[in-house]
Amino acid sequence: MPDALILLSSIALPFLGAIVAGLLPTHARNAAAWLAGAIALSMLAFVWAAYPTVADGGVVRHAIPWMPALGLDFSLRMDGFAWLFAGLVSGVGALVVLYARYYMSAEDPVPRFFAFLLAFMGAMTGVVLSGNLVQLAFFWELTSLFSFLLIGYWHHTAAAREGARMALTVTATGGLCLFAGVLVLGHIVGSYDLDVVLASGERIRSHALYLPALILILLGALTKSAQFPFHFWLPQAMAAPTPVSAYLHSATLVKAGVFLMARLWPVMAGTEAWFWIVGTAGVATLLLGAYVAIFQLDLKGLLAYSTISHLGLITLLLGLNSELAMVAAIFHILNHATFKASLFMAVGIIDHETGTRDIRRLSGLNRSMPFTARLALVAAAAMAGVPLLNGFLSKEMFFAEALSAQTSQLFLLQILPLAATAASAFSVAYSLRFIHGAFFGPDPTDLPRTPHEPPAWMRFPVEILVLACIIVGILPAATVGPFLDMAAHAALGAATPDYSLAVWHGFSLPLLMSFIALTAGVALYIGLQKQLRSAPDGPPMLRSFDGRRMFERAMVFLSWRLARTLERLLGTRRLQPQLRLLVCVAILAGAIAVQVRGLGPGNVMPSGIDPVLALVWVGGAACAFGAAWLAKFHRLAALILLGGTGLVTCVTFVWFSAPDLALTQLLVEVVTTILLLLGLRWLPKRIDNPATRQAEVVTLTRRLRDLTIAISAGAGMAGLAYGVMTRSPPELLAQHFLARAYTEGGGTNVVNVILVDFRGFDTLGEITVLAAVALVAYALLRRFRPAPDSVEIPEQQRDQSAYDEARPDRSEGDTVADWLLVPSVLTRLLFPVIILVAAYLLLRGHDQPGGGFVAGLTASIAIILQYMIGGTHWVEDRLRVPPLRWMGVGLLLAAGTGLAAWFFGRPFMTSYFSYLGLPLLGEVPTASALVFDIGVFALVVGATVLILIALAHQSVRGQRAVPRSSEGRAAATRVAGDD
Amino acid sequence: MTAALLGWSILVAQLFLGLGMGCAAFRLMRGPRAQDRVLGLDTMYVNATMLLLTFGIRTGSTHYFEAALVIALLGFVATAALAKFLMRGEVIE
Repeated sequence: MPDALILLSSIALPFLGAIVAGLLPTHARNAAAWLAGAIALSMLAFVWAAYPTVADGGVVRHAIPWMPALGLDFSLRMDGFAWLFAGLVSGVGALVVLYARYYMSAEDPVPRFFAFLLAFMGAMTGVVLSGNLVQLAFFWELTSLFSFLLIGYWHHTAAAREGARMALTVTATGGLCLFAGVLVLGHIVGSYDLDVVLASGERIRSHALYLPALILILLGALTKSAQFPFHFWLPQAMAAPTPVSAYLHSATLVKAGVFLMARLWPVMAGTEAWFWIVGTAGVATLLLGAYVAIFQLDLKGLLAYSTISHLGLITLLLGLNSELAMVAAIFHILNHATFKASLFMAVGIIDHETGTRDIRRLSGLNRSMPFTARLALVAAAAMAGVPLLNGFLSKEMFFAEALSAQTSQLFLLQILPLAATAASAFSVAYSLRFIHGAFFGPDPTDLPRTPHEPPAWMRFPVEILVLACIIVGILPAATVGPFLDMAAHAALGAATPDYSLAVWHGFSLPLLMSFIALTAGVALYIGLQKQLRSAPDGPPMLRSFDGRRMFERAMVFLSWRLARTLERLLGTRRLQPQLRLLVCVAILAGAIAVQVRGLGPGNVMPSGIDPVLALVWVGGAACAFGAAWLAKFHRLAALILLGGTGLVTCVTFVWFSAPDLALTQLLVEVVTTILLLLGLRWLPKRIDNPATRQAEVVTLTRRLRDLTIAISAGAGMAGLAYGVMTRSPPELLAQHFLARAYTEGGGTNVVNVILVDFRGFDTLGEITVLAAVALVAYALLRRFRPAPDSVEIPEQQRDQSAYDEARPDRSEGDTVADWLLVPSVLTRLLFPVIILVAAYLLLRGHDQPGGGFVAGLTASIAIILQYMIGGTHWVEDRLRVPPLRWMGVGLLLAAGTGLAAWFFGRPFMTSYFSYLGLPLLGEVPTASALVFDIGVFALVVGATVLILIALAHQSVRGQRAVPRSSEGRAAATRVAGDD
Repeated sequence: MTAALLGWSILVAQLFLGLGMGCAAFRLMRGPRAQDRVLGLDTMYVNATMLLLTFGIRTGSTHYFEAALVIALLGFVATAALAKFLMRGEVIE
């Protein structure tokens, strides 16, 4: 089978399956389970197909170039080590799917569960198969994300939400550190390719940046693998459905951390720093987890802490800087996955059949579910390290390593075997507690459900896993031997040491330690009986030391207290201080730039003053001053004055031969005036509270300060403009565009060719932003409630209505209808004319002033004009403008034109032009950019109309709405969405 | 001779139109009523249209004619909106 097929299917299948499962109906429990099971099994088959290659020490590779210039490829790589993990992910995945089919209740949205599970499976496979470090970090974060969704699957319970949030916060933050670490590592090596990285161990270890890279990467690995002091998220994550725990918290998610450490072990381990960080974290986690696990009341909590402890054991082995310990670590990863997954499933069965996981309420289940009890007994014995089971083998290897560890610190060598024995004794004690508490003793009383054996297929995955524990435990070399050998060789290369996988090594010190641990564990459990029966949840002495509480305190500080303080210090609900802050920052930035680079006179001599333009400018400047002066107390007057200023600006553009700009400026001016007038109606009155009025001197000071800011900002802006305009511009881009506009863009209007062709991608982005802005404005206005002082009907309307009502021969609305008779006739006649101008501007835009944006504004002005004079009801009864559809079509057209280039084998957004021979018209220049421009046109029409109409519809709302025909109301709904 | 005459008359026309805009701007600022200001703005638009036409004659280009056309066609919309606002207190109802 080709490599590419194997690797790509292993990654793509679960993600595709997740999408399909997500689309299934909510109650399609069996369909989703079949789908997920089939995908997990076919993944397993694909992984198996790669076995012949990797068993010979080969590596299956496939790379798809993505950004070769940056050294970023989508690269997949499977060696023996990755093969082992991929097999674990898909194999345990298949068992978990089968188990989950029976575990999940029919009331739960099961397809969603399988969708998340499959997506997680894909992300995890992505982590183990990544041949590129950046890609690995990406899939790493994906696993955090999907584990968040899986843990929070029962999002109606607070525990699930909090557990999911905590897991995401801790592991995703770790992932971010990992990403930074990977970048540093890539900087050291000069490549992100895993093969290159694995070949440059010497360079990495001797580099000055080794320690930062190590710490960052380890932060990622240790948070993911729930190592002390980041272990607290794992017990909280037990709020997940049990299949999730069996999968994520035994075989996959938490193993990602140790996978990464083992993957980078050949190049990063072997230093004192590695030994101290990894070894300390490992030994602390090993002891702490095992100790705390004894005192858990929740069976899943017990298993969670036991998992933490076993992960600590693996981490410690990795931290010992010895090749043999590395082999033991890989072996224990496998063993732990089998017995812990089966134990989680057994707890799930107990929970499912009895309704509780509380160890105090459970007892004597051996009689009601004997088969499950025996399975759990074997798995727990493997966890405790009883001989003839797989847990015993890796534990013996661990003891041997603890005895022979090499380090310069002698006292550690004495402590390590002691710690190993103690942790092992603890694990015997909690395994005993698990089995004895749940399955032995008197019959249980007042359980939520009557316990009985689960369905046979629900027990089947447990049976498979327990069988694996036994077979590996008895015949290690014949069963797991070749795979372990392959993985160890792939991870360690030529440095792989000789090791022996046998049950019996003769009478040795490790065997003695095992014996001591077993005896001490049993004795500890018997000795603790009294305390365990009465003690509350949690271990003695360490109860007040709670990582979770510290985490929560930190979160409260960061997301609440700190945020509040910052808001109090910097925030304001008034617009003026915010603007002041922005302007001050701008002034500062400009001042710094001037300070650094200087602002001297330019090289272009100013031309003489045109008296006419000067005259017009005096008027315009006066309008601008007036607008600023009146802005506070006479909003309408300020708005009118702004119109005058805008007009003068427009004339100025024409004067300096920029007809395109002038057209745009004029239309924007008109639309803005209407927009502001629409908003003006709903603005609250000035905040004028005499109680908070400040002393005269304070007010004066404030005004002086604001005046200074305003003058310096204005003067700075003017100086900047003067500085730019008195310099001859760099001739690079302008010349380029001028020279190529016709030959390559097919248009003589360079501005338009730049917009729709040379910089078409920018335009596409801009219109997307425009669409988003329009939608946001619409969404905000849907829930808009005006200020109390602007709710009432305007005075003019009340007067006119009163006048109409006072006369028997008139009905309400007659006055306004009379007054608007002439304008309404005129505007209706003008409507087609304006639309014609819009079409004209659009079509000729490529060669002469005009284009999609200007044409779109023109068309929307035509529509708004009808709204203004005819009224909302009149227009919407006659003219249907669905703005959302206009926007959607526009965006699709513009993006589609860009995509179409792909079908001709050209890069995205390449445009095409030629001359079409049309009947009557003759040779007509046509460019694909015109279609793009039509898209821009449609979007601008849609966006402008959507915003203005959403504002206008405020007047039709609520008590102000007048009764109208049902047809009209339907039309209005179509235009305005829902109201 | 004719060219010089045309040149001078265009300059004078532009100066007067500029003055006209100045007068409109004065009305815009002084008011006193809002209606006066709106009327001032409309006058300004009309003057600007003329100014652009004369500018087109001066440079002999037709591009400016179109800008003038658009002002003539759409400039009144702002005036209409302001008038409607003054009359009814709302632009669109």
